[in-house]
Amino acid sequence: MTDWMNDPAWTALGLSLRVAGCATLLNLLLGVGVGLLLARGRFPGRNLLDTLLTLPMVMPPTVLGYYLLTLLGRRGPLGGWLQEQFGINLIFTWQGAVIAAALVAFPLVYKPARAAFEAVDGQLEQAGRVLGISEIGIFFRITLPLAWRGILAGLLLAFARALGEFGATLMVAGSIPGKTQTLSVAIYEAVQAGQDDSANRLVLVTSLVCMLVLLLAGKLAPGRVAER
Amino acid sequence: MASVNLRNVSKRYGDNPEVMRDINLDIQDGEFVVFVGPSGCGKSTLLRMIAGLEDISGGDLLIGEDRMNAVPPAKRGIAMVFQSYALYPHMSLYDNMAFGLKLAGKSKSEIDAAVRKAASILHIDHLLDRKPKALSGGQRQRVAIGRAITREPKVFLFDEPLSNLDAALRVKMRLEFSRLHQDLKTTMIYVTHDQVEAMTLADKIVVLSAGRIEQVGSPKTLYHHPANRFVAGFIGSPKMNFIDGTVSAIDAETVTVQINNGGLQQVCVAASGIKPGDAVSIGVRPEYLQLDSDKPVIKATVSTVEGLGDFSYIYAASASAEEPLISRIPDALEVANGSAVGFSIKPHHCHLFDSKGEAMPRTTPRTQH
Repeated sequence: MTDWMNDPAWTALGLSLRVAGCATLLNLLLGVGVGLLLARGRFPGRNLLDTLLTLPMVMPPTVLGYYLLTLLGRRGPLGGWLQEQFGINLIFTWQGAVIAAALVAFPLVYKPARAAFEAVDGQLEQAGRVLGISEIGIFFRITLPLAWRGILAGLLLAFARALGEFGATLMVAGSIPGKTQTLSVAIYEAVQAGQDDSANRLVLVTSLVCMLVLLLAGKLAPGRVAER
Repeated sequence: MASVNLRNVSKRYGDNPEVMRDINLDIQDGEFVVFVGPSGCGKSTLLRMIAGLEDISGGDLLIGEDRMNAVPPAKRGIAMVFQSYALYPHMSLYDNMAFGLKLAGKSKSEIDAAVRKAASILHIDHLLDRKPKALSGGQRQRVAIGRAITREPKVFLFDEPLSNLDAALRVKMRLEFSRLHQDLKTTMIYVTHDQVEAMTLADKIVVLSAGRIEQVGSPKTLYHHPANRFVAGFIGSPKMNFIDGTVSAIDAETVTVQINNGGLQQVCVAASGIKPGDAVSIGVRPEYLQLDSDKPVIKATVSTVEGLGDFSYIYAASASAEEPLISRIPDALEVANGSAVGFSIKPHHCHLFDSKGEAMPRTTPRTQH
């Protein structure tokens, strides 16, 4: 029993949940903010920005990982600056894994959030203005409650995507057991080392968690918004 | 209650040319004013400028005695009903109607009294616990009006409130708007593209086209004395017929027009700015374009007959007019498609427009119509 409890699979799962959770939180702020900006804003280069923000969905994760390494590495423009100013290094840390997972999953939050904001009838917000709600009040009391289900469905998908992230994470954070070795990386390592038992357990845990998330996302799918 | 005055109001988006200009309008306290015009004429934009949802680029907006150009919407003393009703789907009807009052910091008992009163005026008392999705279109519209009433505004603004309803319900709600105005006696500004709504509801109609006011007047004035061809063609259904011709003679109270490919037609108007030989167009409403086989001034060929029960409309192509002529005839008269017909018009039933589309003042007293 204690053996079972001390299985490194749980460490990997814990780390994966922490990385995916933080990445999803980051995407909640960024994806919702950018989604609102592109749903409501009218500015030149809007379509180009949309294309750039959707790119992580179609680019191979290893390419994204490479970009991140170049950007965040000690000699990279952002990484060098962080190191110099704050002594922060993101490469081969779990925080680096968070950034990799967040980048890969970003379009899954941004796209549904934008669509959900665009689906909110502008007259509802104008009616709020006539009734005397502040602009911040309109966002939190009208726009967000109406767009919330679409956003939540996107967040759950993004969480599942972040949980399964492999390529970009491996390139940015590496595979340090107990530190940066997430579930999917641990599975790869176990198979490479011929530890079939360990691999089986990890695969089972991953499959269950992913199914749970998808079931939840299905319940909140944007298609149901219209039924309210 | 308050008057609304617009002084040289204009609207432009960014550095683009003005989309609305020279808007001057006086709305009296308690008046029911309808803005009407084809889509894109600027009627909704003008309403939204009064509401404060669009910036006013130039000129002054006064509600009562106060200049409102820079005052936020909620502080203008207005309430607005939107085309899509704009009810909050995540709130009950009660909460929808109470929302504005809660924001204004009213006490619970005040809010409750105001909501119950508005609900009883509109006969929706029994629906207050429901969410908007459980309601029909007409009921939703009532709730939207109820939300406006609870604010006790000085001016009500209605943006095409009936356009999402079916025809029967539209007629019913139109009557309710009339009743509401009689009960509340508050200033109301109502936007529609439907000239029947405008004619039936308004004390005063404002006809807009391409960002300009074409004419302001009572429904009867607009119908009998349109200022130009646009208003003449827009007010009245089916629309007025326009017959082309040239001025042949002018005297004190009549103008004689030689109709193109037709006879001589006397028109009871006071000529201004026209001389013999000028191109003009005669306007005549379908009910006054009479079938006449003895002395017709216009000849035409019937293309369609629309029977409406007690009367019919015939559509007839003529070399004297660009568009098919429309004539309202008694149902007893049988007219076959493709038959040749002649029309005549009484001089005092004619309107006359110069080549720019401006109307000549009609000389017949209104009682003769």
